[in-house]
Amino acid sequence: MTMAEGDLAVAEVAFVRRATIAPRPPPAEMTGAIGWLRANLVSTPFNIALTVLIVLLLAWAVPEIVRFLVIDAVWSGSDRDACLWTVQHREIGACWPFVWERLPYFIYGSYPIPQRWRVDVFFLMLAVGVVWLLWLKAPRRDLGAIYFFIVLPVVSYILLTGWSAIGLEPVDTVLWGGVLVTIVVASVGIVFSLPLGIILALGRRSRMPAVRTLSVIFIEFVRGVPLITVLFMAGVMLPLFVPEQYSPDKLVRALVGIAIFASAYMAEVVRAGLQAIPRGQYEGAMAVGLGYAQMTRLVILPQALTVTIPNIVNTYIGLFKDTTLVFIVGIFDLLRTIEVARIDPKWATPVTSTTGYAVAAIFYLIFCYGMSRYARAMEARLAKGGRR
Amino acid sequence: MTADENSGSLLKPGRLRTETAVELIQLNKWYGDFHVLRDINLKVRGGERIVICGPSGSGKSTMIRCINRLEEHQGGQILVDGVEVTADLKKIDEVRREVGMVFQHFNLFPHLTVLENCALAPIWVRKMPKKEAEEVALHYLKRVKIPEQANKYPGQLSGGQQQRVAIARALCMNPKIMLFDEPTSALDPEMVKEVLDTMVALAHDGMTMLVVTHEMGFARQVANRIVFMDEGQIVEANVPDEFFAHPQHERTKLFLSQILR
Repeated sequence: MTMAEGDLAVAEVAFVRRATIAPRPPPAEMTGAIGWLRANLVSTPFNIALTVLIVLLLAWAVPEIVRFLVIDAVWSGSDRDACLWTVQHREIGACWPFVWERLPYFIYGSYPIPQRWRVDVFFLMLAVGVVWLLWLKAPRRDLGAIYFFIVLPVVSYILLTGWSAIGLEPVDTVLWGGVLVTIVVASVGIVFSLPLGIILALGRRSRMPAVRTLSVIFIEFVRGVPLITVLFMAGVMLPLFVPEQYSPDKLVRALVGIAIFASAYMAEVVRAGLQAIPRGQYEGAMAVGLGYAQMTRLVILPQALTVTIPNIVNTYIGLFKDTTLVFIVGIFDLLRTIEVARIDPKWATPVTSTTGYAVAAIFYLIFCYGMSRYARAMEARLAKGGRR
Repeated sequence: MTADENSGSLLKPGRLRTETAVELIQLNKWYGDFHVLRDINLKVRGGERIVICGPSGSGKSTMIRCINRLEEHQGGQILVDGVEVTADLKKIDEVRREVGMVFQHFNLFPHLTVLENCALAPIWVRKMPKKEAEEVALHYLKRVKIPEQANKYPGQLSGGQQQRVAIARALCMNPKIMLFDEPTSALDPEMVKEVLDTMVALAHDGMTMLVVTHEMGFARQVANRIVFMDEGQIVEANVPDEFFAHPQHERTKLFLSQILR
């Protein structure tokens, strides 16, 4: 046979395929490690240049970081002498004994030492809530939601601020600090911003002019003002206008400021998601008889929130890092406690500040990267759900 | 409300309270300055099958979308089984509960499985227990011959299968009247027949149907009356045999000469 079977279709007028062509594996250069390298790292001259550049960058940065954090690091000691090269006569990296000693301060701030178990219980309860809510195969996630959004805030509030009636000594929020404050501020912001943002986004798309105008004014006003200004107004200006006994707690004021600020941003993120939903979905829902609330809850929001997960998490990550700005009104979040500790004369060395900031960097990296990974996993899972 | 598995019927249509299923009286509608529907008068008896055809932009879809208030009308009256469709939300809900609709682009909910798509409205609108609603859903999925797809997502089905799911979803509400807005226009040619067959079966069970379509074979086979629209008006309405054999209006003749070979 001189001609391939396919050529027959051209060569002869009548052609009928007698046998189905069996599928064959792709050529070797498309698969395996070589194929991956080819497709991802060296596919075009520009990509090759980028790959080389990134490899060089890593080669320059990674050994330095490892050297500082691990190889040259000081692991034990009781004061600054352990971390001074003038005393030790060697290259000095991170000063870890400083971190060990100040770690309780980084975590609890000035929370009274005998009461710190209450903070531990709070962390534990929060961890349980987060896992219960985010782990999709967890049992009774509906109860998890009630626990997270109703039980946890109330119990944590009582636990952390104290309630004399049940023998919990009151602890003023000025004593709170460190990771405790960072986590409290971030979780309040995260928990409140999504529902508020959804309401604002729906309001902005409402057909009722009054609702729409109010939502637009709120969103645009809050977005038009820097977070620092909002915090400053809440923390410093408000007490000037309101008699002290009516003025809410400083931390509460900051929390309200952050929640309002984050919800305005969240509203725009959710609105983008709502706009991505085709008209047909609304019509399909209306045609089967669903009312506005049912349609929004059962058909529109699940889809709108799904497409905006990356943006929602992006906003959350931004919010998490923005919590450091509460230092402006004198609240001691993690970064602020590190700031305070690093100028302690007991540990005054050239590497103390760097070590302290490295701790902050690692802390924020772990949390933000965790959020980002979870979002990716969620997206992948939802994509598998067979959506087009 | 589990229907009898052995009965050959696709469904038992909900019973109408009045003789007239749908009545449009001097219906007028504008999009801005554009007069889309002009003095539409149409009376659809219970159990009647009406096919609506006409060139694109003639207002066919707009007309049937007014019936369940997906579009507002500005003049005239719409009566659905004796209930007048107005801005009153209660009336709109009442009408939508009794009128099923099938769209050109299916409009299934992509985040829900086929079964959930069908059970959603019975659960939330009819307040049916979840288990019962799922039985009803499965029943109608069997009737449209795709029970095996119940746990897939709409995106995993072919166009024809999706449209049959959409029909099943509408039927789960046990409607008295079904509206079809070009149900086969977005389908690959191979898929058209399976959808039309489902609709024919529905017609045989006595469902009141208003169908916007260009499938003239279907119209000939099923319709009691064919309504031809042009420029927002009803130009001609007649029984299929007469409509095809002796079209009266020039516009109708031209239209038929263009779509019938």
